[in-house]
Amino acid sequence: MGGDRHTVTAPARVRPAPGTILAIVLGAGLPLAFVGVFFAWPVGAMVLRGLVENGALDLGGFGEVLGRPRTLRLIGLTVGQAALASVICVVLGLPIAHVLYRLRFRGQRMLRALIVLPFVLPTVVVGVAFRTLLRKGGLLGPLELDGTFAAIMLALVFFNIAVVVRTVGSTWEGLDSRQEEAARVLGASPQRVWWTVTVPRLAPAIVSAASIVFLFCSTAFGVVLVLGGTRFGTIETEIYLLTTQFLDLRGASVLSITQLVVVVAVLLVAARARGRRTAQRRVAAAQSSRRPRRGDAPAILVTLLVAAFLALPIVALVARSLRTADGWGIGNYLALGGTGSRNALVVPVWAALGNSLAIAVQATAIALLIGLAASLVISRRPRSPGLRRALTGFDGALMLPLGVSAVTVGFGFLITLNQPPFDLRSSPILIPIAQALVALPLVVRTILPVLTGIDSRMRESAAVLGSPPWRVLRDVDLAIGWRPVVAASGFAFAVALGEFGATSFLSRPDRPTLPVVIFRLIGLPGGDNLGMALAASVVLAAVTVGVIALVERLRVGTMGAF
Amino acid sequence: MQKRNTIIGLTLASALAIGLAGCGSTGSVSDDAQKLVLITHDSFNLSDGVLAEFSKQTGYEVEVQAAGDGGELVNKLVLTKDSPLGDVVFGIDNTFASLAVNEGVLEDYASKDLTAAEEQYLLPAGSGREQLTPIDNGDVCINVDHEWFADAGIEEPVTLDDLVKPEYKDLLVAPAANSSSPGLAFLLATVAAYGDDGWQDYWQQLVDNGVKIDAGWSDAYYVDFSGPSSEGDRPLVVSYASSPPFEVPEGSSVAPTGALLDTCFRQTEYAGVIAGTEHEEGAQKLVDFLFSVEVQNDIPESMYVFPVNALATLPEGWSDYARVAENPYVIEPAEIDENRKQWISEWAAIATP
Amino acid sequence: MDTALRIDDLAVRFDGVAAVDGVSLDVAAGEVLGILGPSGSGKSTLLRAVAGLERLDSGRVSWHGADITALAVHKRGFALMFQDGQLFPHRSVAQNIAYALRLARTPAAARVDELLELVGLPGFGGRRVTELSGGEQQRVALARSLAARPRLLLLDEPLSALDRELRERLAGDLRRILVDTGTTAVFVTHDQDEAFAVSDRVAVMMGARLQQVGTPSDVWRHPASEQVARFLGYTTVLDAASSRALDPRAAGRIALRPSAVRVADGTPLTATVVHSTHSVDGWRLRLLVDSLGEVDAVAGPQHPLAPGDRVAVRYDRAAMAELP
Repeated sequence: MGGDRHTVTAPARVRPAPGTILAIVLGAGLPLAFVGVFFAWPVGAMVLRGLVENGALDLGGFGEVLGRPRTLRLIGLTVGQAALASVICVVLGLPIAHVLYRLRFRGQRMLRALIVLPFVLPTVVVGVAFRTLLRKGGLLGPLELDGTFAAIMLALVFFNIAVVVRTVGSTWEGLDSRQEEAARVLGASPQRVWWTVTVPRLAPAIVSAASIVFLFCSTAFGVVLVLGGTRFGTIETEIYLLTTQFLDLRGASVLSITQLVVVVAVLLVAARARGRRTAQRRVAAAQSSRRPRRGDAPAILVTLLVAAFLALPIVALVARSLRTADGWGIGNYLALGGTGSRNALVVPVWAALGNSLAIAVQATAIALLIGLAASLVISRRPRSPGLRRALTGFDGALMLPLGVSAVTVGFGFLITLNQPPFDLRSSPILIPIAQALVALPLVVRTILPVLTGIDSRMRESAAVLGSPPWRVLRDVDLAIGWRPVVAASGFAFAVALGEFGATSFLSRPDRPTLPVVIFRLIGLPGGDNLGMALAASVVLAAVTVGVIALVERLRVGTMGAF
Repeated sequence: MQKRNTIIGLTLASALAIGLAGCGSTGSVSDDAQKLVLITHDSFNLSDGVLAEFSKQTGYEVEVQAAGDGGELVNKLVLTKDSPLGDVVFGIDNTFASLAVNEGVLEDYASKDLTAAEEQYLLPAGSGREQLTPIDNGDVCINVDHEWFADAGIEEPVTLDDLVKPEYKDLLVAPAANSSSPGLAFLLATVAAYGDDGWQDYWQQLVDNGVKIDAGWSDAYYVDFSGPSSEGDRPLVVSYASSPPFEVPEGSSVAPTGALLDTCFRQTEYAGVIAGTEHEEGAQKLVDFLFSVEVQNDIPESMYVFPVNALATLPEGWSDYARVAENPYVIEPAEIDENRKQWISEWAAIATP
Repeated sequence: MDTALRIDDLAVRFDGVAAVDGVSLDVAAGEVLGILGPSGSGKSTLLRAVAGLERLDSGRVSWHGADITALAVHKRGFALMFQDGQLFPHRSVAQNIAYALRLARTPAAARVDELLELVGLPGFGGRRVTELSGGEQQRVALARSLAARPRLLLLDEPLSALDRELRERLAGDLRRILVDTGTTAVFVTHDQDEAFAVSDRVAVMMGARLQQVGTPSDVWRHPASEQVARFLGYTTVLDAASSRALDPRAAGRIALRPSAVRVADGTPLTATVVHSTHSVDGWRLRLLVDSLGEVDAVAGPQHPLAPGDRVAVRYDRAAMAELP
């Protein structure tokens, strides 16, 4: 036996079950192909269009465009407002996360659901609601915030505080409080415990949330356009201007690339923080929550104030929608069955709602299919570090659509998707695809953490007991993962319903979606149209809330958490 | 708990089924009829049956595709020159006409039905006369809230010069020139009025006199204007000459708002045949159709602008409340094309520091 | 007895470092083999390699002579039980136990009841697994593993997560169940009491290699090396000279458990107390024995002892072992 030892051939390997390779290739290939064809290709084409001058790469544009004082000012403004908004969201979000995820009281779940609502509202709707609030004569008029930097801050915080609350909250909920208790017993005051024990443990979640908020703020478009008035712009609005008004593709490309660099950098930070978080142990929520105490009063106060702040624009919106030419009433809602004063619309508003719902369902199906496939693949833990790095990169690539301008994507569609087999330019499937692109990162962020949280030994148990790989997938991954899958579909559905940027680009006049209709009604003269726009906004908001509230009952903490 | 989850699951499953059913019905136009694609802006609208009439007359089905507004529309055409988006374009206005012509996105065809009566709307030769047919006219003018001025006991302003007078301080709201088409038109009006060297000072005076710049027309009109449909407190707003009729309440004959006709900038919208179209004959017919009296009569109520065809008739009441300016400001399209970028950035430096 | 499982020169490497280094082992049909070793010794990896969950870098695994190294995990017909059970949280106790049966498409209900009886949880079928205590969960996990009559049962530290009393009780039950059902089993643990209570034979694994294989009493009484001896609780190993002083017939060094030297009255052997601590049964001491040097020792509770005291000691030969 001893002599054989050095000449024995490599041992026979366990061959993977038939179909496993195919499944993995499909699972990784489908999302990659989707993002590649419908995102990387159009964006790449647009960017190249601007950088290639007479067939040769001309990078001089970088120097020229980035050297313009206006550009530098905008970049500074973009980064500045995003950073400030992130800080504010974290400072306000932490006490709220504490109240909503560490304490236990009636109505808590409803509050958790409500806080996600601003995130999914259409920017058009929110813009108008805020303007109505802030201008002279509005409820907050005396504060004289209209058109100021502060107004933009308010809107950005409005949209993004949910990210911090849910990301930090869901992590905090799972933290064992015994470390804090140990520190207290050792003699540390509550403040010391907070700064030296709690914050370091929450740091990965805070960093992750803050970087995502930074991302959303630095690429915010509708909000800045509506509220920033004309003095404040971001890289995003500038790209929009350069492309649509000036056809300065070179400038737009340079800015797109700059934006992409910033986005990738931020996503890397977020991914690293996410990795640190998954390594932490979690305890059951019941263990870590307690009834409110007197010491919680400041946090509760902050929560109530912020909740009031979040509710205010929505309340203003609803109130304004009930004001008709004849005083208060539901006239505006009844008018939704028509097509607006003087044929403002091609189809009645309810038909637009129907279109929105149908398109959102298609978008959800696409996003879910691709997001689930991607999540299943990314949640495998391969042995080789090279493969693991590839999976992390894959995960990051899927997040990119969050950070690229809808204008670039929309125009990119026009110039790339015009040859068979991808001549989809006038196909109605393009809108669900664009919406699915936006929803995909959210789907992955909802499903993936739950799948990675499954102990691989459970899968191994099932395998040894006799389950072939596909059955393991079904009996373990899907059995545990169906809840986040359902939650992710609800979330994607709500987001698709409210999506405006890409949709308005690609929408057809005879099959408009509800946000497009709202925008159109706002843009046309006639007081009835404005009333209808507001009523339609309220309907859209109500449907979105309804869907989110429904999936909230599944109590999937990863939804809206990054 | 299980039951609730089942309900949620069923709800979403049925929604999925409905949606996918809807997927199938996103049908396309029937293949036996010839199809023309009309690329237009978001505000395009005609009454039911008007386009069907065209189909009956010529056998061509018309598919309307909205492609953004003004500048966006033209830019999309330029970007897709190699594989045209459609057959006919409607919605190119005089501020972007030159660009479209220079980039070669249009075929040489102007409606043969044009007469001398429409001369005022035609573009200069070499700047679009041969490629673009005027279809509608929506001058951009300052709109004034009569009731506000009556209550305040102040005289209404009449000309652009008046707007910088101290008695009109903090009363004007205008959409931005770099993000709104009426805003750009207003800027062009001042350029036309005060010349290439003088308009900057004028704007500085406007800014000193408290003009409010909003990002878009709807903000300016609905949120800051003081008119009956709006909530604001500024009685002077940059809008269209055709806006006043919509503020007239049902059954009344008094218009609460009006347009200052000495402050108008001509804004005409054109239609043309897109270069590279495969249905040249049908496209030409569609251009003619848009210029025809039938469509021109429908335009005011559908798109809130004035028709250009001299033979068209305005709807009842329109002529009482809405008037076409006799001497609006105009600038050659070629000149606009050449200087637009620079004018806008100079404007931005003054008006939005 | 015929050999059921044979492991030939098995090696598993992670990033170049050997977790299992050339291990060869035989398990007879119906035998319970315990693999004992400190954490990090590679024993879990070895177990997982046998199950097919780890890729072999060299070596072979055969079952009744047939090479199964390349056979897929789910086709081996084995069962694997983990330290924390890994019960499927979304299924009831009965559904968990019946899992393998459903896969094999055999009728489940009667067998489930039989197994619940076997593991001492009659009537628990309808319970949710999340309501069970640690010990109950492990019993259910055991039942699940046994349900489909596996050819080989693999257990990865099955009792380590339980408290001492429960562990002792369950260890006895485990052995009884395994012997009664005639299951061939390999289990892995770092607790020697557990290994000795449950196994027919014990294999000591340290540093990715097998150090010794034998019956529990063999291994206990004749540890193969100082390393193994120390792991087994022999706290003192005397050098050659002291060993011969202790026992002139000794050919190698002698390893002593703490209980090998006991404080007694009126013996000719004397020692000085170096330091003492209370223990459950009395004292644990460090003594300087005149001829041997410093050794660990024990004393009953009735002797109050302080450093510096002179005491008389006697030896307990049963607690000594001679190393080769």
